[in-house]
Amino acid sequence: MPIHEKSLIRPENITTHDELVIEGVDVSGHWSTFIESRVISDYNEAMEEEIAALPGGENIHRCWQCGSCTNSCTVHAIEPRFNPRYWIYLIRTGMESELLRDKDLIWKCVSCNKCTYACPRDVVPEGVMKATAHWLEMKGHVPESPSMTFDKIFTEQIVEHGKIEDTKVLMQFLKRTNQPLLQDWLKQIVWNIGMRTPVKWGLKSAWNFVFHPRTRGWKKAGAAIQDYIIEVEQHHKSALGVDKSTAANSNAQQHNLHAAE
Amino acid sequence: MVDVTERAKQLREVAYYPGCALEGSGNGYDVSTRAIAHELGLKLRDVKDWNCCGAMEVKNIDPKIQTYLSSRVLSQAVNKTHNNVVMAPCNGCYHNLKKAEYDLAYDENSREVVEMLSTKAGHQTYEAGQAETIHALDWIKETIGVDGLRGLTKGKLAGLRIANYYGCMYVRPRHIFPEKDKGPGSESTSKPHFMDDLLAAAGGVNVEFPLKTACCGGAHTLSDSDMSTKLVLNILQAAEASGAEVIATECPTCHSGLEMHQIRAEKRFGKKTNVRILYFTQLLGLALGISPRKLGIHTNISHSLDFIREKGLT
Repeated sequence: MPIHEKSLIRPENITTHDELVIEGVDVSGHWSTFIESRVISDYNEAMEEEIAALPGGENIHRCWQCGSCTNSCTVHAIEPRFNPRYWIYLIRTGMESELLRDKDLIWKCVSCNKCTYACPRDVVPEGVMKATAHWLEMKGHVPESPSMTFDKIFTEQIVEHGKIEDTKVLMQFLKRTNQPLLQDWLKQIVWNIGMRTPVKWGLKSAWNFVFHPRTRGWKKAGAAIQDYIIEVEQHHKSALGVDKSTAANSNAQQHNLHAAE
Repeated sequence: MVDVTERAKQLREVAYYPGCALEGSGNGYDVSTRAIAHELGLKLRDVKDWNCCGAMEVKNIDPKIQTYLSSRVLSQAVNKTHNNVVMAPCNGCYHNLKKAEYDLAYDENSREVVEMLSTKAGHQTYEAGQAETIHALDWIKETIGVDGLRGLTKGKLAGLRIANYYGCMYVRPRHIFPEKDKGPGSESTSKPHFMDDLLAAAGGVNVEFPLKTACCGGAHTLSDSDMSTKLVLNILQAAEASGAEVIATECPTCHSGLEMHQIRAEKRFGKKTNVRILYFTQLLGLALGISPRKLGIHTNISHSLDFIREKGLT
């Protein structure tokens, strides 16, 4: 639905009463439909600064709300609730509860960079989306997104070997997100490849799967990156004021969420 | 002005950075690029002991790690392979090397992190300006050129209707590609045309395809598959509506994404599309008279061999 056709009144804020008399006036029924006003009282003033402290969010203060990002957005065309311009507005005004309504959507940015291309103010909205998704996870508002799981598997393989092996990334991802290995379309792909692939290439792939391709002389580089990741994580945590106790708290929350699912 | 012939001579031997995808799912792209190089007498020197550039994933852990990973590849090319022109056919690798170049030139912070990690890893720190990164499209265009291809292919692709699909990472964001958008002769970031030029020189008919730089959802191809399937289906249907028989690709992620979600769209949404998907190097290889097997066309996920036979391209 295009944004100009969207109703500004949320369905849950519309109420009618079967029998209601206020100060002697009968206000029952459809003709006396009430619209509850939206009241926002708890602004999170630290939100913009915290998101700006995470990588990608640095330039959020430059936004002047022209909407070029949402207008050019790949995901917005498929899922109209995906609205970077609006989220930047909410973050900058500190309306946390409003932002949290869309918390399960923000990680869906596909990094096509159309917004970064269109933005006249160098906000890098793509970076802001990633920083916001990161913020939501670190604050414990959402469990780890499938995208973050994927990124972690990918990075782990690079740290260990210097290269990735795509079949292994695929298998580990399906395993960690509890998805079946034998999905109909995956079976079709394996069948397609299996039918025509020469034995030599099949053997090479199998070899790569078992003996992960690795970069020679990678050990020190991998260790240096691992140290750096830990250092950066610590830095982000302190920027967000997520100390150990709240982190444990959010982990517990995540655990509960998983259990609820 | 750059001396065109001097430049062409320089690019006849380049450092080749295949990247992880070309060693795995993008095998056809690697094989066909090497086959073309062999056919045209161009030399590809593999970057010694290369590592992953960071793809689209590592930057979400921390962008500076990606800058380091890409800078190490450039360092290996300059210091170990002794060639300062790096040719990366994969859009992701090409984009990341370009981005590292930009960050190292303009961002003090990135420079510090890269220097720290390079020192710990025990190799020479790459400095901005030491190497130049080019795409496989630049490489063919600047060595053989459109006129050269016209002579060599003798219009072998005549009548083949092609939709050229460039994807995101070849053109966006604009600031990391300073050589683009420089007027006639240079590549455009809003309406790229290098692939169109090369395939037209080989006799192909480029259809009017509006989604040249649309996104295939490659970054979330597994983590948000339904989204990717919808985005890919859009591209496939637009190509068919434009009258294309085949989509030419230049990125292993786009390519395998199109192939994979073509199947997924049929299985999950019941939307079948028949447009074929081939790497532009495979199409150029066919035009140069190289056999489909030598171009790795049989290792693609989608079937195209019958189509190639039908079109008389073997």
